Amino acid sequence: MAKIIVVTSGKGGVGKTTSAAAIATGLALRGNKTVVIDFDVGLRNLDLIMGCERRVVYDLVNVIQGDAGLNQAMIRDKRVENLHILPASQTRDKDALTSEGVEKILDALTEDFDFIICDSPAGIERGAQLAMYFADEAVVVTNPEVSSVRDSDRILGLLSSKTRRAEQNRDPVKEHLLITRYNPSRVDGGDMLNLDDICEILAIDLIGLIPESEAVLRASNQGIPVTHDQKSDAGQAYTDTVSRLLGETVPLRFHEYQKKGLLSRVFGGGRR
Amino acid sequence: MKLLDFLRGERKKSASVAKERLQIIVAHQRGQRDQPDYMPMLERELLEVIRRYVKVEQDAINISLDRDDDCSVLELNVTLPRS
Ligand SMILES: Nc1ncnc2c1ncn2[C@@H]1O[C@H](COP(=O)(O)OP(=O)(O)O)[C@@H](O)[C@H]1O
Ligand SMILES: [Mg+2]
Repeated sequence: MAKIIVVTSGKGGVGKTTSAAAIATGLALRGNKTVVIDFDVGLRNLDLIMGCERRVVYDLVNVIQGDAGLNQAMIRDKRVENLHILPASQTRDKDALTSEGVEKILDALTEDFDFIICDSPAGIERGAQLAMYFADEAVVVTNPEVSSVRDSDRILGLLSSKTRRAEQNRDPVKEHLLITRYNPSRVDGGDMLNLDDICEILAIDLIGLIPESEAVLRASNQGIPVTHDQKSDAGQAYTDTVSRLLGETVPLRFHEYQKKGLLSRVFGGGRR
Repeated sequence: MKLLDFLRGERKKSASVAKERLQIIVAHQRGQRDQPDYMPMLERELLEVIRRYVKVEQDAINISLDRDDDCSVLELNVTLPRS
C-alpha cells in the first residue's frame, strides 16, 4: 500500500511544484518506489521541473478517459530508478478530472508504489480539493509572508473536513508544515516572519525549512530537481525533509543568519 | 516593543506587525471553520433585517454557533448605536 502525500498551499507560486519534484526525487533516491502526479490541469509544469517535458505522450486525463493505460502515460525518470512522473493534461476543460477517475488511478498505483506524491494546483477549488481528497499525509508549503500563511490555514481547514479520511471518520490526514523561500538575513532584520512565529500561528508540525536559494532557479532551468544538487543549501534541506518524512529525526539547518566574516566576504563564501 | 527600542524611538518591526495580524485573522478563520455553510448568508440576512429598524454598521453584528454534545446555541451580538 502506497502512502499518498499531497503537496498543497492555497496560494500559488510558493514552491509546491519545486517541493513535489524535490521530495519525490529524494524518496526515490532513498530506494522508495515513487510516482509524482501533476494535478494542475491546464497548467502542466511538473514535467519541466523534472526535465521530462519532451517525453510526455499521454497524461492524467487521457488515462481517466480511457484513451491510454497508466503504464503508457507514466514517464520513467532518466536519473533515478524507481521514480515515475504522471503529467497533467493541458486541456482547458477543468471537469475532465473526475473524483472517480482519480480514485481508480490511485487504487491502481497503490499496489505497486511506496509513495504517491500529488502536486496540487493553487487555489481552494475543485482541482486543489481533488489533489488532497485521497491523501494520507499533506505537506503544506508556506512562505514567510502574510497571505501565504493565511492561505495555508484555509488549506488546513479543508484537509480536516473535505478529504476522504475526514468524511469516513478515519484518522485525520497527517499535516506537515514545509516553510520555503526562507531568508534568515531578512528574518534577522525583523522584516520577515520567523520560523517560530509561523509554527505558532499554524500550529502543525514542521517537516522542513528550505532557504531562499539561487540553486532552485538553476535546477529548474536545467530540469534537474534541486535534490540532485547536494552542494546547495536547498538541495540539502530537501534531503533533510525527506528523511523526516521517513520518520528520522534530523536537526534543522539553514535557518540561522550567519553574519559574514571578513574572510568569507573577501572570498565570497557562504551560500551557493 | 522592547524598552530599548522604545527609548530609541524605533518603529515596530514589520514582521511582528505581520504576526499580530495573522494571529487575529487565523483565529477568526478557525472560528468559522466548523460552521455550517449557511452561516455567512444567515449573517447577511440578519444584518439586513436589523438594519430595517436600526442603523448599524457592517461590523456591529457578530454571530456564532456553539455546538455542545446535545444542543447548539446560536449567539447573536449586535452593538447598537447610542440613541
Ligand atoms: N527555495 C526557493 N528559493 C528560490 N526560489 C524558489 C524557491 N522555491 C521556489 N522558488 C521559485 O518560486 C517560483 C514558484 O515555484 P513553484 O514550485 O512553481 O510554485 P507553485 O507550484 O507553488 O506555484 C519558481 O520560480 C521557483 O523557482
Ligand atoms: Mg505548481
